[in-house]
Amino acid sequence: MSWLTVLPILIPLTTAVFAALAWQNLPAQRVIGLIGATALFVLSVVLMVVVWQDGVLAAQMGAWPAPFGITLVVDNLSAAMVVITGITGLAVAVYSIADIGRVEANAGFHPMLHFLLAGVSGAFVTGDIFNLYVWFEVMLIASFALLVVGGGRAQFDGAVKYVALNLFSTVMFLSAVGLLYGMTGTLNLADLHMKVREVENTGLLAAVAVMFLVAFGIKSAVFPLFFWLPASYHTPPVAVSAIFSALLTKVGVYALIRVFTLVFSPEALGEAFDWIQTLLLWIAALTMITGVLGAAAQTEIRRILSFHIISQIGYMIMGLALYTALGIVGAVFYILHHIIVKANLFLVSGVANRLTGSYDLKKIGGLYKSKPFLAVLFLIPAFSLAGFPPLSGFWAKYVLIKAGLEVDAYWIVAAALVVGLLTIFSMTKIWAEAFWKPHPGGDGAIAVTVDRGAMLALTLPIAALALITVAIGLYAEPLLSLAERAAGELMDPAAYVRAVLGAGA
Amino acid sequence: MDALLALTVGVLVSGAVYLMLSRHLVRFLFGLILLSNAANLVIFASGRTTLALPPLVPDGLEAPAVTVANALPQALILTAIVIGFGLLAFAMVLAYRAYQSLGTVDTDAMRVAEPDVNGAGEAAEEPAPARSEAA
Repeated sequence: MSWLTVLPILIPLTTAVFAALAWQNLPAQRVIGLIGATALFVLSVVLMVVVWQDGVLAAQMGAWPAPFGITLVVDNLSAAMVVITGITGLAVAVYSIADIGRVEANAGFHPMLHFLLAGVSGAFVTGDIFNLYVWFEVMLIASFALLVVGGGRAQFDGAVKYVALNLFSTVMFLSAVGLLYGMTGTLNLADLHMKVREVENTGLLAAVAVMFLVAFGIKSAVFPLFFWLPASYHTPPVAVSAIFSALLTKVGVYALIRVFTLVFSPEALGEAFDWIQTLLLWIAALTMITGVLGAAAQTEIRRILSFHIISQIGYMIMGLALYTALGIVGAVFYILHHIIVKANLFLVSGVANRLTGSYDLKKIGGLYKSKPFLAVLFLIPAFSLAGFPPLSGFWAKYVLIKAGLEVDAYWIVAAALVVGLLTIFSMTKIWAEAFWKPHPGGDGAIAVTVDRGAMLALTLPIAALALITVAIGLYAEPLLSLAERAAGELMDPAAYVRAVLGAGA
Repeated sequence: MDALLALTVGVLVSGAVYLMLSRHLVRFLFGLILLSNAANLVIFASGRTTLALPPLVPDGLEAPAVTVANALPQALILTAIVIGFGLLAFAMVLAYRAYQSLGTVDTDAMRVAEPDVNGAGEAAEEPAPARSEAA
């Protein structure tokens, strides 16, 4: 069954190639994109089921035995991340039918979307740290192209900042990989798990750990390294913003969780781990707070949502920083819930813009009166983001706060609760301005005559994602046990190491 | 040799940091190029500099007969160079397009995406280029 691990990369790559061959042929590209995204989603579910039943899957590329070749490894965390990639990829592929026109398609939207999915899936399934760097770059170059697709002025402005800071982060990542290789002589993550313990100079190891922290910190937009995100995420078409908000920062968080459980574990770093943990806790708290305060100051829907990504990243880092089994469960659960909710909110903002003509809250309104169903579809992810029961966000926050209380980290719990309250403030602001108050241009300013087919393509993914949010909220048990199993594998990577290096390790 | 490599990396990084602190976008990118070359040299130095034969396996043998040089750092650097070339080429073109479109390479003056709330970023109010209507 180990060949299954290759497919999450292979399917989107093939789709991208076919979509590129169908350049200038928009209908064909849409069909190819839909087929590819559906295939990736189905495969990801199969992969999840197999990993759930049989445990960690590993495949040695080119039949080079493990630590010498590149290994692809899928544990429960990787499989869950690939599933969530499949879900959001499919949602965006459907949404893009109505959102992405000829201009963006001719600039390469469809192939680049699938290259992005390939890069993201590759980062999730690889078990080799240099290969992780390569997948980061695949993801990055695809995201560059997607960010400027259509070529608006604001897009170039945002892209300059996005490109500059992310390139810096990859150089940092690359140097850190080089130094780690110099100390341990291996690049395989499972092998690194063993070899880092033999490094005598733990101070040097801690320095490299912090380099990884900075590199992945820029990727995952933590305080104070997040400035590229609010500068760029609101500029591209909504389909692009949605897939960015869902996946890109989360790959950074995933990488942080992976290296700080598998490689830079407390056993490897010794005392240095304690202050890195304290550093992570501070980063988590400050990320939450600055993100939510930044959002409070904005009046553009997509910019509000962008700042909320930052604030939510803080919660995930909090789970990692607590470094207890329950904390990691919370972080994993939070990532899975957040991806669905955040992508959905961006998709809703796109529909709101299409109906009212602007993203600026001052210029729009009246959506509740004209589209009550859309208002409900907005409320579900918005309240889930803020953490209202019985939606998915409630359980995510509940687990994290319980984990915080367990280790008496009261101040981070207090920060998490206050940030939750402020999130409600932002969400009610969007609700009151975009949905509740009348449109400043009068009722006639709302376009009610959007093409039915286009409206269906726009609403279907939103409704599906909202349904998932409600389903997780009402029946959180399966996802929670998945997060528990993933966290168990992270905290005790014996199964992971055995799957990669064989029974002898 | 190690000292020389360390010194080179140090000079490259300090030059890179100096250039990257500039608000001029092209200078920033030049700094980034220097920095990525420094990173490549870091990998090279991490693989240890040895006086050894190239890693070639003679006919009829499964493994090299004598001590050979570590080829992996070179492979990593080669990959990094190729990737870095692609990314930096994109970044250069982006800088040029941004200059065409925004009329400046001063990153402080690029306020279109994040207009000043007090009205200083009036240029941002220009209409966005028409998006094609989706079918």
